Amino acid sequence: MAKLTLEDLRKMREAGKKQIDTRQTHGKEIFIVIGMGTCGIAAGAKNVLNAFIAKLDEKGISDAVVKQTGCMGLCHSEPTVEIKMPGMPDTIYGKVDAALVDQLIDDHILGKKLVSGHIIDRPAGDIMK
Amino acid sequence: MSTVNIQINGKPITVEKGTHILAAAKQAGVKIPSLCAHPDLDAWAACGICVVKVSNARGISPKLVRACATECVEGENYITHDPELNKIRRTIIEMILADHPQSCLTCGRNGSCELQTLAAEFGIREIPFARNVKNMPKDDSTGAIVLDPSKCVQCGRCAQVCQQLQNVWALEFIGRGEKTRIAGAGDIVLNETPCIKCGQCSAHCPVGAIYELDETAKLLEAIRNPELTVIAQIAPAVRVAIGEEFDMEPGEVTTGKIYAALRAIGVDTVFDTNFGADLTIMEEGTEFVRRFTENKDLPLITSCCPAWVEYMEKYACDMIPNFSTAKSPQQMQGAITKTYYAQNAGLDPKKIFSVSIMPCTAKKQEIKRSEDMFSSGCQDNDLVLTTRELARLFKQFGIDFKNIEPQKADSPIGQYTGAATIFGVTGGVMEAALRTAYYLVTKEELSEKAVDFTCVRGMEGIKKATVDVKGTPVRVAVAHGLKNVQTLLQEVRDARENGKELPYHFIEVMACKGGCIAGGGQPYGTEDEIRAKRINGLYTDDKKCEFRKSHQNPDIQKIYKDFFGEPSSHKAHKLLHTHYVSRPTYKK
Amino acid sequence: MAYKHYVLVCGGTGCESSKADDIFTNLKTEVANAGLEHDVQVVKTGCFGFCEKGPIVKVLPEDAFYVEVKPSDAEEIVKETLIKGRIVKRLAYVDESGKTSAVPEEIGFYQKQMRIVLRNCGLIDPEKIDEYIARDGYAALEKVLFEMTPDQVIEEMKISGLRGRGGAGFPTWMKWNFTKQVESDVKYIVCNADEGDPGAYMDRSTLEGDPHSVLEAMAIAGYTVGANQGFIYIRAEYPLAIKRLEIAMAQAREYGLLGQNILGSDFSFDIEIRLGAGAFVCGEETALLASIEGKRGMPTPKPPFPAVCGLWKKPTVINNVETWANVPVIITKGGKWFASIGTEKSSGTKVFALTGKIKNSGLVEVPMGTTLREIVYDIGGGIKGGKAFKAVQTGGPSGGVITAKMIDTPIDFDNLVAAGSMMGSGGMIVMDEDDCIIDVAKFYQEFCVEESCGKCSPCRIGTRKLYDILTKISEGKGTMEDLEQLKEIGEAMKRAALCGLGQTAPNPVLSSLHYFYDEYLEHINEKKCRAGKCKKLITYTINDNCRGCTLCARKCPVNCISGEVRQKHTIDQTKCIKCGECMKNCKFDAIEKR
Repeated sequence: MAKLTLEDLRKMREAGKKQIDTRQTHGKEIFIVIGMGTCGIAAGAKNVLNAFIAKLDEKGISDAVVKQTGCMGLCHSEPTVEIKMPGMPDTIYGKVDAALVDQLIDDHILGKKLVSGHIIDRPAGDIMK
Repeated sequence: MSTVNIQINGKPITVEKGTHILAAAKQAGVKIPSLCAHPDLDAWAACGICVVKVSNARGISPKLVRACATECVEGENYITHDPELNKIRRTIIEMILADHPQSCLTCGRNGSCELQTLAAEFGIREIPFARNVKNMPKDDSTGAIVLDPSKCVQCGRCAQVCQQLQNVWALEFIGRGEKTRIAGAGDIVLNETPCIKCGQCSAHCPVGAIYELDETAKLLEAIRNPELTVIAQIAPAVRVAIGEEFDMEPGEVTTGKIYAALRAIGVDTVFDTNFGADLTIMEEGTEFVRRFTENKDLPLITSCCPAWVEYMEKYACDMIPNFSTAKSPQQMQGAITKTYYAQNAGLDPKKIFSVSIMPCTAKKQEIKRSEDMFSSGCQDNDLVLTTRELARLFKQFGIDFKNIEPQKADSPIGQYTGAATIFGVTGGVMEAALRTAYYLVTKEELSEKAVDFTCVRGMEGIKKATVDVKGTPVRVAVAHGLKNVQTLLQEVRDARENGKELPYHFIEVMACKGGCIAGGGQPYGTEDEIRAKRINGLYTDDKKCEFRKSHQNPDIQKIYKDFFGEPSSHKAHKLLHTHYVSRPTYKK
Repeated sequence: MAYKHYVLVCGGTGCESSKADDIFTNLKTEVANAGLEHDVQVVKTGCFGFCEKGPIVKVLPEDAFYVEVKPSDAEEIVKETLIKGRIVKRLAYVDESGKTSAVPEEIGFYQKQMRIVLRNCGLIDPEKIDEYIARDGYAALEKVLFEMTPDQVIEEMKISGLRGRGGAGFPTWMKWNFTKQVESDVKYIVCNADEGDPGAYMDRSTLEGDPHSVLEAMAIAGYTVGANQGFIYIRAEYPLAIKRLEIAMAQAREYGLLGQNILGSDFSFDIEIRLGAGAFVCGEETALLASIEGKRGMPTPKPPFPAVCGLWKKPTVINNVETWANVPVIITKGGKWFASIGTEKSSGTKVFALTGKIKNSGLVEVPMGTTLREIVYDIGGGIKGGKAFKAVQTGGPSGGVITAKMIDTPIDFDNLVAAGSMMGSGGMIVMDEDDCIIDVAKFYQEFCVEESCGKCSPCRIGTRKLYDILTKISEGKGTMEDLEQLKEIGEAMKRAALCGLGQTAPNPVLSSLHYFYDEYLEHINEKKCRAGKCKKLITYTINDNCRGCTLCARKCPVNCISGEVRQKHTIDQTKCIKCGECMKNCKFDAIEKR
């Protein structure tokens, strides 16, 4: 590797940033929590998780964290995904599949619109607001 | 020279910029107690006794500063004494004493110890703290100086002298925390370190932790032995210093008193090293003239100082060919005492006990430094006593030194010239050599006015001059305090490497700052003020001499006529010259 | 190429010594076995700070946080978490109440922390400069070189209010400014990585986890004051930190971020490492500089200060690791941002090494002004074993105790000094009711006796005298006069010792004497040690609960317990060494300690 010019350094920083950012949870604002209980996994939660990671990457959304949690008690509607983000109520979607992942990212996260038909629950506190 | 205006306890005083508070206070007539500070050395700031308060525009600083190490700042007022400072100082002194053997009665520094003085001044009557005295073995391996680490107060003076003034690095702190102690470099015995026995450590130690090996008993034993004729010689520097031990002023010339006192304690015959010095000039001067005219092995470097010789053999052996092969005055005097004089007096050299009184601890080691020191067929000098040892002996014998009637030296090797007596001061050997070399080269005598070569006098660490010998320039240099030597030697090496003209023809080196007058065996308390007085004493002695050039000494002329033939003769070489070897810096 | 998952393995010294290396290797093998090497990157990072529960493994993006992982757990982590996407419950952190937390945010230890110094620790691979660069690394250097004048850098540092994290809290910008203002052909930048407080390891972790942040900061200072050479003085006992530094320096040189004409500018700067032999005093800046020069590590009087006359008598900026690590963030995010964190006079965060009788020991970074209560209870999880909190020693052997009364004091430089302690480098040792204050003071004094450089008499002799008196008191032989002597010697040391080490060495004694005077009195007047730590003051006796099982007699290392089987035993007090083995082993509560 030859010595860096100012340009090189800047390019390098940009290129690496995306990767490194996925490691960090601090300061992120969008949380996508996937139910990964036995029920969820059996219903295809792992595919959903991979789909989220791929789609977020594709759309260049760096301030979202994909996390997993245990069974949410909504086994009938697995796979379940909860999305928490500023400007939107905390929302749990059920029966999520790869196609719905695209829609959730486009509409819920980027478009800030609830995606009807799959909403399982909205915590009471948010509804009150 | 810029100055700063400060106050010592509210009293305004103007001092040179860069002056430390301790020195400024002294100028203001205020003595701040201290234990580790020494005017010869950079402040080491170890003891913590000299702490003072600083008062400035921001008020009295909560931090105390060490007066020895802190430079005066314009506008500041220094509070040097108050009850709080007194309490802190007292606590520190008590703590130092708690860790000290307190064996004052049997200590070499009893009566001259700086710690003892502090304890006396602070009226310490008991030690409140638990005692913690470390018993450590003494190191007398050098046969010249003794290190007694148990008495050490870790002031650091010895190591600083050894490293900074002398550039020898034989002494160093070893260990950490309370286990810190002074030891030979690398914690080996002193004689295996680079130690050159100059004894400056012993002259600077505030307590009795490093001192000269006391050999006075050997002299008394020889005097008691009816078989032996005891013959003494005294070095030039002794005569202007020993009086200090008897309430006399530094620099007072006491030659005749020493002769008299030596006889009073039972010495049979008293000669003078100064005769040996005149002899040295004859040999070394001749050697110089030969090398100078042949332009060979230049610069010539003096070899009278045994500490310097050992330093050169350990640290600068590339200079061996440049060293004068002439022995030191002490060794020449010893050699002729047991040959020329013994023959004249009809004495068996083996039954002569030759003692020399020296300002120097390295001389104790010089008398055995090589087989050349046995040129008379037996050891040329049997014993060396330092000025301090001799003074003690005089006291033991109840001699009223101050008032003793002066006597003359014995003949025929006791008479000396002014050139010889200035051997004891830096630049003196050079000056003496120039006085005779001028004659040897030009066959003309220097006029009474031109005899003083002031260009090589003074306390500058390195003195350089070009002397005009009837149109021929002779470049000379003088160094004292061994740290200054490297600079000169490097100039010579650089010139050689680059094929340039040599910077000097003749170099004089004395190991100790100021020369032998401030040697490691001289009375305690040596500092620049005292050095100046002793130096002045020797130049006064020079002026008073009937002859001021070595070759004019009638007894010198006689010894060449009757015994050696001429300078540098075969016989002279056998008795008066030596050779040098490269020695490892560390033994083993 | 983007990875879908990251597995971060702690590569700090603590976790490495618990086989983190094997965990790392096993994880890589398992990932490869599962054919996931293109989807999953296994990264060895710096310290996560939660050393109590190390080794730590974190899986992203799931944010699964595994504690006390063993090399044999690698297979399960890969199979369960990476393949099936399930949390391995048995590796998750379980708190006091039994609540399992699989993600760091839910763990109390992390909740109140704010990571500036440790921003990259546990996140990036410290051996890869690219990852540092991706985290805005060398952006600060770029900014100062191309957008800022040295004066602007000083101004930014001044606004930030950053104070030296090495102990005394001297404003960093002032040090830099002194050096900048001195005219000299040569100037030096020095990093003090000679961390020596017992129990403190924040500098080590920073260097191990994020070495580039220090290199970058030193280069920034070099540009600011006009220096082209830096030295990092680090103790040889930190081999991993040294290795990571060497790697980082080599990479930075390769990229031209160190060396001639950095990033094509006309600024050149390079750094060398100097190893220290581990003397505590070499953390004192003048002693450190002497040591770099090859001399015995002994302090010299100040003034002159190193900023004006330092290494080889040249103007020298010397800051410690934590101070340096703050610098790049201050430059990129601005001094104002930094000053908004912490308290008015102590801005930013401070990293503490939390140890002692605390549940969650480890490295914690909190904003200045956080109270001791928050650190001990919220982050540290409180005292181990439900014992009562007694005090916290801050500042190591130079500091003092903070008692329960002051537990709500916001911690910053000035409050600690006002409390008779000091920030020091950030060691924080928690004591409970079982700790004897005299024993603690004795421990620190013994440390100072050993670690005093031996140069100046107030420190060299004073430390030993204090230690001797404390020993005397702990043996029940103390007198009221001894307490006076402690104060007298302590005062003399404070005022007259040459360097910071000596001036602060009596702090643990003076501070404990101030806050726990009654405990000293108990030792002296009642010959009693309430904590039962001072062996000479305690006796073990056997009460009537004894069933004569003989276990104690068999366990006693000096055979001083005798008695018939099924008969009550007795202890020979003349032989007893008060080791407590009998009490520890007795199943019938028959041994009493008084």
